[in-house]
Amino acid sequence: MTTVLNVSGVNKRFGGLQALDNVNLKVEEGQTLAIIGPNGAGKSTLLNVCIGRLTPDSGSVEFHGETLIGKQPYEINQAGVARVFQTPEIFPELNLLENVMIPALSKRNGAFHFNIISRIREEKQIESDAINYLTEFGLQDQSDNEAGTLSRGDKRRLELAMCLVQKPKLLLLDEPTAGMSRHDTNTTIELLKKIKESGMTKVIIEHDMQVVFSLADKIVVLAQGAIIAGGTPDEIRNDPKVQEAYLGEEQV
Amino acid sequence: MDTISRKGELRMMALFAVIVLLMPIWLIPFGAAYPDLLQKFAIFGIFAVGFNILFGLTGYLSFGHAVFLGVGSYAAVWSFKLFTMNVIPAVIFGVLFSGIFAAVIGFVSLRRSGIYFSILTLAFAQMSYNLAYSVLTPITNGETGLQLRLHDLRMIDGLFIEAGEGLPLTNLFGIKMSGYPGFYFCAVLLILAFYLALRITNSPFGMALKAIKSNQLRMGYTGFNTRPYLMSAFMISGMYAGLAGALLAVTDPLAGAERMQWTASGEVVLMTILGGVGTLFGPLLGAGLIKYFENIFSSYNDALLQETFSFLPDMLNNLVVGIISPFVGDGWHLTLGGLFMVIIIFLPGGIVGGITMLWRRYIKKRGASAELEGETS
Repeated sequence: MTTVLNVSGVNKRFGGLQALDNVNLKVEEGQTLAIIGPNGAGKSTLLNVCIGRLTPDSGSVEFHGETLIGKQPYEINQAGVARVFQTPEIFPELNLLENVMIPALSKRNGAFHFNIISRIREEKQIESDAINYLTEFGLQDQSDNEAGTLSRGDKRRLELAMCLVQKPKLLLLDEPTAGMSRHDTNTTIELLKKIKESGMTKVIIEHDMQVVFSLADKIVVLAQGAIIAGGTPDEIRNDPKVQEAYLGEEQV
Repeated sequence: MDTISRKGELRMMALFAVIVLLMPIWLIPFGAAYPDLLQKFAIFGIFAVGFNILFGLTGYLSFGHAVFLGVGSYAAVWSFKLFTMNVIPAVIFGVLFSGIFAAVIGFVSLRRSGIYFSILTLAFAQMSYNLAYSVLTPITNGETGLQLRLHDLRMIDGLFIEAGEGLPLTNLFGIKMSGYPGFYFCAVLLILAFYLALRITNSPFGMALKAIKSNQLRMGYTGFNTRPYLMSAFMISGMYAGLAGALLAVTDPLAGAERMQWTASGEVVLMTILGGVGTLFGPLLGAGLIKYFENIFSSYNDALLQETFSFLPDMLNNLVVGIISPFVGDGWHLTLGGLFMVIIIFLPGGIVGGITMLWRRYIKKRGASAELEGETS
């Protein structure tokens, strides 16, 4: 198995706070890695380091052997990393079809393409690709609606469709079920399971234990910026250090 | 934001061409069918359509677009002075130079977005305006404005044509560019400019611009480098303004610094918002309305009003004229301001946005009643 993402020796300090303390982790192809930890453990910081939003003080982040540090978001996406945000980031004023066609165009044409007089209507291949993904995510009936009118759960599904239409090599998810109802959470879990079956490599940051234990192949526990445990879901469940730092709160 | 099919596009363009080319006829009842005003409709239509490519599609509000209008005019007049009175090179130079200016101003201003972008463009515009007035007098002829002179070089014309008496006139291979021929020249360019704007709006490039307006963060994480997209939109829209500026010089060959003043930049913003930001026809409608008000309302004076209401008894006549007179003549801005406020408050989508909303409601109503009929039968 090849290593898709390799984070080694990453440190990040915000003033007096050691947000990330010598973090090492590896994501193998086809694997779903979950990063969990209490609030303020550094989960989002770690994700932001991975996608170039933050530059670490030291250490390296490599994607298929290529460094991601110092790269622009669009370069990281063009390299094959797609990201799902904590609050769904979509194009609210455009319709669903356009929302999915745009990432497909970026995948085909690259970061900039000056095609000012070709007609979007005649991009049949892109359009049918987009429709396929909308159908797969159960959104095909709404494809003419403005994306801003969707429910939160549907927005999340649209965002996933937007990411997957690019056939990324790595999918990063930042709390994909945050703020969702139980019902929406369950449908999202089903969706993520389906994506997992297709062999997608994923990194998930999550609070919801149900989501983590039903999806992850490997779990990494962060506390105060350092990795305190890592292993399969069963190993993590029984690790006393983890129970103390994180799960313990829930069992009270 | 629906895109239209190739057939729909053709129909729309045909209709548009007919409407524009027949303006000298159907504007007669409005008292607006004279060449000077018709030329202004076409020229400021181009200006507003181009402005809308930036503001309507990307949401970046430039408050200094009149710079490109001014640059276009100066470049065109210089072309008349140095090379030839033919308008084709003048138009090409106008577009070219405004494109260069747009590249420079855009490169700096597009480092910021939102209000900071607007302020930067405004600063550039005021800078250019003041430079044109002072330091750059050798090029712009300062306060007097750049004009044609008898002893201008006119290198190309000098080779072919014997210099006649008096100032030469702008022409298109011999056709004089004043009056109606001038209007038709501008109208044809307006139709072409509108067609290009239509194609841009319905292209993948245009969709990317709309997406930038909608969510720039997502655009980055979707793999788009937004800077060159914004840069291209800014330059295209600057070149539209340059074309409009050059045409102002074509129909009346002089260029003054006041063309770059912030009020001129503000005017195109008003036109676009009044007609409907982001719509294809809105900016044209806005440009037409504002130029109409400017020319028609401002020409009304008290005497003319007295005459219009002369059928009323004297006292009533004086009263009515007293009430109306502040809104016409020099006070036409008051009418424009009032109209602008009414539209912003009641029709945030501008005139075209309002019409679209009414149309949708009508369709919905008709759909609902058709459904009802279907159920009862």
